[in-house]
Amino acid sequence: MKDGKEWQMIETENLVKRFPHRDKAGKQAEKTAVAGLSLSVANGEIFGLLGPNGAGKTTTIRMMTMQTQPTEGSVCYDGLDTRTHAREIKSLIGVVPQHINFDQDLTVGENLDLHARLHHMGAAARKARIEELLRYVALTDVVNDGVRRLSGGMKRRLLIVRALLHRPRILFLDEPTVALDPQVRRRIWQLVRQMAWGGVTVFLTTHYIEEAETLCDRVAILSHGRLVDLDSPKRLREKTNLPNLEEVFLAMTGKQEGLS
Amino acid sequence: MRNQNFYDVWTVFWRDWIVLRKRLTKFILSRMVAPMLYLVAFGWGLGRSIEVQGGTYLDFIVPGILALNSMNISFNSITPVHAERVYHKSLEEYLIAPIWPDAFVIGKVAAAVLRGLISSSIIVLLALAFGAHFAMTPLFLLVLVLNCVVFAEIGFLAAMKISTFEEMGQVNTYILLPMSFLCGTFFSTHALPDPVRYAIECLPLTHTSLLLRTIGSGGEAPLASLAVLALYALGGYLWSSRAFRRLTK
Repeated sequence: MKDGKEWQMIETENLVKRFPHRDKAGKQAEKTAVAGLSLSVANGEIFGLLGPNGAGKTTTIRMMTMQTQPTEGSVCYDGLDTRTHAREIKSLIGVVPQHINFDQDLTVGENLDLHARLHHMGAAARKARIEELLRYVALTDVVNDGVRRLSGGMKRRLLIVRALLHRPRILFLDEPTVALDPQVRRRIWQLVRQMAWGGVTVFLTTHYIEEAETLCDRVAILSHGRLVDLDSPKRLREKTNLPNLEEVFLAMTGKQEGLS
Repeated sequence: MRNQNFYDVWTVFWRDWIVLRKRLTKFILSRMVAPMLYLVAFGWGLGRSIEVQGGTYLDFIVPGILALNSMNISFNSITPVHAERVYHKSLEEYLIAPIWPDAFVIGKVAAAVLRGLISSSIIVLLALAFGAHFAMTPLFLLVLVLNCVVFAEIGFLAAMKISTFEEMGQVNTYILLPMSFLCGTFFSTHALPDPVRYAIECLPLTHTSLLLRTIGSGGEAPLASLAVLALYALGGYLWSSRAFRRLTK
């Protein structure tokens, strides 16, 4: 809370992303991936962006994390606009991408060290934090191994470790448990909850209904780049009078799109 | 902020340095093969029967080999950035980091220059062992550095703009390979027909060859060529910086 009101950590206003593409006739056209998305995420909240494949979830995260510029609209963090305060904001956020994007020429420890250096951490702080987080996710044994040698689950955990190294206040997770077995998935959920208890604002995208229902304080449902609804999982169920979030999701995004 | 910018450059350079350090022996050995073949074929073999500008052909081609080798090494040292951008996506780490965007360009170019200079040092040692004569002065070194900078920047631009590995290979085939042979490396550009010569003399490698040969033989450096190289380096930097910043477009 700030000044007695709920403290909005992230605010997007009318966020639009259009990409050039070729239409069926082969002519140059534009495709709208995100169409006027306005959201607010409170400090310390776990916020989920739920949608089928191609709904615009990853594009939204990429715009929010300054990896791609919005065609229109703005993103603010704690009142700071990404267009004018990019460097300050980048030091506040941690990003766990959907794909594994480690530097393939570096070891686990070197990948983490590089990230910490890019966030201007001193040598002693880097060493201590890397050790602390690797111990936390039980990966201390692989610190000198090449990242190629790790299993899928280890790589996912390591992506989270890397994003947390510089103690971000906001953590973005893009499909953090995709293609993981249930045990690893639950371990990652536990990790995310612990981050939120520690005061980190979490913004995650998922197409796993259970993940959204279990983890998120509020869920935004996205379809074809548009916000369909936004509320807590419980209230979404009550509003639609449906027994679970999966039914709500299917009802809102169209059963034909399915859940891949 | 200036200190932080410098630290960002160092971080980007540090990453490339630790990768190079792991492969240093392999890098050095692999860089000895091509210059050794050039020196044997054109210095000892073909070169024994040729006299150029009152000296041996070996003395004539060593600056050319230095020019083309530093071009190839600095260009190819930076092209893995292409894989980092397109395939491994590890470039995203730099896009989301609170760093000065130009630090990425400068750090990568500096690392490529280092590789170019290591490779050039090997050639200098080999050339001396083969009995070549040339003067190594600070200006000679500056020209080598400028040449590495120019071609590292061209490599950086290719890595930012090109979509596939195949197209990256085509830059080597259509741009670097012709330059390797035509830009005053193995023979003087005066041997070419005038229209071709004028075109070739617009290219940076021609000016590097000319400068290295003139300085190496104890002559006065043509300042216009030095200015051309400096302009290429500056233009390459500005364009590379723009290309990196436009990745988020």
